[in-house]
Amino acid sequence: MQQPIIEVNNVSMRFNLAKEKSESLKEYFLQLVKGKLRFDEFFALKDVSLQVQPGDFYGLIGLNGSGKSTLLKVISGVYKPSSGTCKVRGTVAPLIELGAGFDMDLTARENIYLNGTVLGFSPKYIDAHFEEIVEFSELRDFLDVPLKNYSSGMVARLAFAVATITKPDVLIADEILAVGDFLFQEKCEQRMQKLMSGGTTVILVSHSIEQIERMCNKVAWLEHGRIKMNGPTQEVCEAYKQTTREDGSH
Amino acid sequence: MLKLYVQDFLRYRYLLYNLISRDFKLKYRRSVLGVAWSVLNPLMMCAVMFVIFNTLMAGMRGEGIENFAVYLVIGQLLFNFFRESTTMAMSSVMNNAMLLRKVYIPKYIFPLQKICFGLVNCLFSFIALIIVMLITRAPLHPTILLGLYPLLTLAVFSLGIGMILSALAVFFRDVIHLWEVFTTILMWFSAIFYTPEQFGNALLEGLIALNPLYQYITAFRDTVMYGQLLSGAQILICAAWALVMLALGLLVFKKTQDKFVLYM
Repeated sequence: MQQPIIEVNNVSMRFNLAKEKSESLKEYFLQLVKGKLRFDEFFALKDVSLQVQPGDFYGLIGLNGSGKSTLLKVISGVYKPSSGTCKVRGTVAPLIELGAGFDMDLTARENIYLNGTVLGFSPKYIDAHFEEIVEFSELRDFLDVPLKNYSSGMVARLAFAVATITKPDVLIADEILAVGDFLFQEKCEQRMQKLMSGGTTVILVSHSIEQIERMCNKVAWLEHGRIKMNGPTQEVCEAYKQTTREDGSH
Repeated sequence: MLKLYVQDFLRYRYLLYNLISRDFKLKYRRSVLGVAWSVLNPLMMCAVMFVIFNTLMAGMRGEGIENFAVYLVIGQLLFNFFRESTTMAMSSVMNNAMLLRKVYIPKYIFPLQKICFGLVNCLFSFIALIIVMLITRAPLHPTILLGLYPLLTLAVFSLGIGMILSALAVFFRDVIHLWEVFTTILMWFSAIFYTPEQFGNALLEGLIALNPLYQYITAFRDTVMYGQLLSGAQILICAAWALVMLALGLLVFKKTQDKFVLYM
């Protein structure tokens, strides 16, 4: 058996809830005196283990607040787990949510370079792929327009185009495909399929169960920060649909 | 371990460069004079100060300073560099919360970016200094180049402080207000428009000598204004403050950075 490209071992992620987040020194000391610090803890992930093999197209499903996005952020290195380890063998390209990494006051051209370097590309590399980005995002006529004048669909197209010029070992997509019109969504799917055939491992979070069924070969189902089920797409999706249907009928 | 850090930095050095150039673009966007403001601003500020200290507050300016205008400008420029860059660095991590919550980026990039931006700005404003020196017919000594030493060590010193402040500001927003007050106090003890000796108070002199800003400003004046070489003690003091502060900054940052995203 091959070595897994992503190894999540017993990861727990603990957050302090907003109400006891100390915004000022006074509050902090008051809470310290009252012994209320770290009172409300919330586990976004609890003892999650997951192994992803190279070339997998892994889907994550679950209701809102089940920990999907948190898990993605642990894998992409944004969060450091409160306990447990997460090991990734290779480069990770996160498809950032809308607008992050972009500066709305800069033009699209400037943002391509800014966002590209945020993702760790060199300017030379971006130069070489500049045409490809412009081509894919279909924004040639708007290259020198500040991003704040773009529609959200246009921003999403640009974000997707920049993030996927690389051939990363792992591509992480969080609901990114939910934006843009259906033509562009198809285009995105094609590109992700193409990336995958080039050996990229993909982890996809989506609320569209149809999309997961169509694209993924394995699915993990998260509930309240734990993995409820994990396995081949068909099995997990069936079970998931079953319970959500039951919940809905109550 | 160290190799990993170096690799990380090399990978993100273009980001650093892009962030700094963005700061410049946004600072001067839609202004007719653009970058010229980097020179004009300190020039005009110093003209105002100069007039004030020669008329309203003539009693407060240092006695026996041969070229008061240059003396004042140097103090002003260096102190403003320190204050502006540390203040910008302080909120830099917080202001990039959106980004840090979504992608992995080495977090020290942001305070570093602000110090570099401040430094470049400061270099521009040295044109103002040269202009003042030419107007007042101050001699241009070859030792002027040695002024880079106190300037660069001051930048390292500021980076250390900026890292500490940016980490603290994530957890306690109060730091922002405290720092404003603190730098104002510090300014009065940096001998920007007076000499510590003029008061004839040994305690006060000793106190001012403990202020690193005073040391950096004095070293800079000695080389640029008085044409002197730096003494061994000066070289040591500048380097020591810078290294100690940087080490402290790295330590605080390293200890706290994993928690940043949870508090932003």
